[in-house]
Amino acid sequence: MKFTSFKLSAGIAKTQLLSKPRQTLVAMLGVTFGIGMFIALISMMTGLNKLTEDLAMTSSPDIRIYYDISPDRKSIAEFVNQEGLNITHHQKPKNESIKVRNAKQIAEQIRKRPNVKGASILLNSQVFYNYGPVQLNGTIAGVDILEEDKLFDLTHKMKEGRIENLISNPDGIIMGTGLAKKLRAKTGDRVVITTPQGFTQTLKIVGLFQIGIGVVDNTRSYANLSTVQTILQKEKSFITDVNVKLYDYTKAKELAPILQNDFGYKAEDWETANATLLVGAIIRNIITYAVSITLLIVAGFGIYNILNITIHNKMKDIAILKAMGFSGPDVRSIFMIQSLVIGFFGSLMGLIFGFVFSYLISLAPFNGGDIISITHLPVNFNPLFYVIGIVFGVATTANAGYMPSRKAAQVDPIEILRG
Amino acid sequence: MKTEVLRATGITKYFYEPEKFQVLKGIDVQVNKGEFVALVGKSGCGKSTLMYVLSTMDTQYEGELIVAGQKLNDWSQNQLAAFRNQHIGFVFQFHYLLPEFTVLQNIMLPALKLNRWTESEVEERAYTKLKMLGMQDHALKVSAKLSGGQQQRVAIARALINEPDIIMGDEPTGNLDSYNTQLVFDIFKELTDVYHQSIIAVTHDEEFAAKSSRIIEMADGKIIH
Repeated sequence: MKFTSFKLSAGIAKTQLLSKPRQTLVAMLGVTFGIGMFIALISMMTGLNKLTEDLAMTSSPDIRIYYDISPDRKSIAEFVNQEGLNITHHQKPKNESIKVRNAKQIAEQIRKRPNVKGASILLNSQVFYNYGPVQLNGTIAGVDILEEDKLFDLTHKMKEGRIENLISNPDGIIMGTGLAKKLRAKTGDRVVITTPQGFTQTLKIVGLFQIGIGVVDNTRSYANLSTVQTILQKEKSFITDVNVKLYDYTKAKELAPILQNDFGYKAEDWETANATLLVGAIIRNIITYAVSITLLIVAGFGIYNILNITIHNKMKDIAILKAMGFSGPDVRSIFMIQSLVIGFFGSLMGLIFGFVFSYLISLAPFNGGDIISITHLPVNFNPLFYVIGIVFGVATTANAGYMPSRKAAQVDPIEILRG
Repeated sequence: MKTEVLRATGITKYFYEPEKFQVLKGIDVQVNKGEFVALVGKSGCGKSTLMYVLSTMDTQYEGELIVAGQKLNDWSQNQLAAFRNQHIGFVFQFHYLLPEFTVLQNIMLPALKLNRWTESEVEERAYTKLKMLGMQDHALKVSAKLSGGQQQRVAIARALINEPDIIMGDEPTGNLDSYNTQLVFDIFKELTDVYHQSIIAVTHDEEFAAKSSRIIEMADGKIIH
C-alpha cells in the first residue's frame, strides 16, 4: 500500500477513535489490565524463583565432588561363579573411606579450567553439639576459610565476628546463627562437639554467620581444615569434598559429568542437589504463563467485540468510502490501525500499571520465618518482561482486530446503499 | 459530435434470491457529455439495479460497460474502486457523510485518496466547490450537525471534488423537502448547463425528472421510453 494511502487511512482511524473516547478507552483498558497483570505476575513469580535459586546457590556449590558410597558393587559370588546365576541377599557396602584422594591436586586442576570461579577443598562431618545434657545434631565443615569465602562470599554473611578470626584461632569455630540460638551460645563461648566416632573436642565460637536458609543456619559450623582433621583423628590429606563455583552457574549441568569422568569421583551439580526447590520454580512458571495468556486472550476477545460493534455501526461509512473509491485493503487498514493503536497504547498503559503494581508488591512485608530470611516479597524488575508485554499486547490486538477488519474490507456497498 | 461518457450494451442481470429472477433484460444506455439523464420507473422495475451496474459497484451482470472510454468488464474490485474514485461521483438518497468529520474533511477525502493534488490544493478546491454550492460558511462544522438539505449539498460537493466524468444519483432528492429538492435540481441544472457535467440519476420525483434533459423510463427490466 502506498504511503499516502496509509496516511489517509490512519487519519480516518484517528478521527474515528477520538470521536468515541470512552469506547476507545474501555478497549484500551482491557489490554492494559491483561498486560499489567502479566507484568505483575511474572515479576513476582520470577522474583520468587530467583530467590529460591539464589538460596540454592548460596547454600550449595555449583558442583560438589565427593566419594559416593554405593552398595552396587559386584558380590564376591559373581567372581567365583561367573557362569552361574548368583543372588546375593542383603548386600552391604564395605568399610570404605569417604576420602577424596589427591583432593588438593583435583582442586588445582579444576581452577585451571575456563569459567571456574574457584574450587575449595573441605572436610565435612556429622557432629553432635552438646548443650547441657542434650545433643544437637549438626555438621562441621573443615575448610580453608579464605578459599571458602571466595566461593560463598562468607564475609558478607557474617553476623558477628570476622572470618579472619578463624585463621588466628586454631580452636575457633564459626557457627550458624540458628544453631547458636538453639545452643544459647554467643561469640566467645566455648562449645563441646562430639564426632560419631566418639571423639570430643571443645571449640571457641569466633563468629556467627547467616546464609538465609534455615536448614543451613540451624546446623552448620565452619572450622579450620586441620582442626576438623584432628577432631576426626584423620591424616592431613583427609578431604571429603571439593566444591566448585562457576562464573556461569547454568553450565554446571554440562560440566559435572565431565569432572566426574576426569577424576573418578561423583560430581553433583546444584540443580540435581536442589531438585525439590527447583520443582516449585517450574510450577510457578507454568502458572504464570497460563494465567497471563488467559488474561491476554480475554483482552483480545474484548477488542474483537468492540471492533465488531464499531464496524457494524460504521457499515454506512464503509459503504460510502467504497463507493468513493476506497479499496478493500484501504478499509481494512483503517480498522487494523484502530486495533493496533488500541493495542499499543493499551499495552503501554499496561506496562506502567504493571510496574506500579509490582513496585507495590515489592513493598509488601513478608516474613519468611525460620526457613528463609526475607522481609519483603521478592520482585524481579527485568526489562525483558516489559518488552515481552508490549509485543504480546500488540500481537494479541493485531490478531483480534484482523477478523473484523477483514469483514469490513469485504462489505458489499450496494447492500448498504440500497437500504 | 457529442462526446460519449457512458455506454452500456446488452446489460442483463439475474437475482438468485429468493428464486431466479431476471431483473435487467438486455438494456442499452448511453449518456453524452453535459447531459442530465433521469432514470424513472415504478418500484421494482430495476432502475436502481441498473444504476449500481453502471456505477461499477455491482459486477454480477452480463453485457458490456464502457465509462469514460474504458471497457470495465473483468476489472478487479480494487481497480474498479480506483476507477470510481477518479471518474464517478455519487449522490445518494441518504447523504452518507462521515459523521465524525467536518464538512471540509468529507469533501476532501476522495481527493486525498486520488492523491493528484497536494493537501492545500485539495483544501482550496473543496472551498471552491463549497462556495459554488453556497455552503462555505459551514466548512468547519462537523457534518452530523447539518440539516438534510445542507448535507446533500455537501455530498454533491464531495461528488464533484475529483472532477468526475459522470455523477450518478440514486434518488438524490428522495429524502428532501420541496425547497431543497428545487435547490438540488437547480444545482444539477447549473452543473450540466454551465460546467457541462454529465449526470444520471434515478428518481421517483416526476417534477424533478421533467426538468432533466432526457428521461429514460423503465418497466420490468426493460427500457420502454
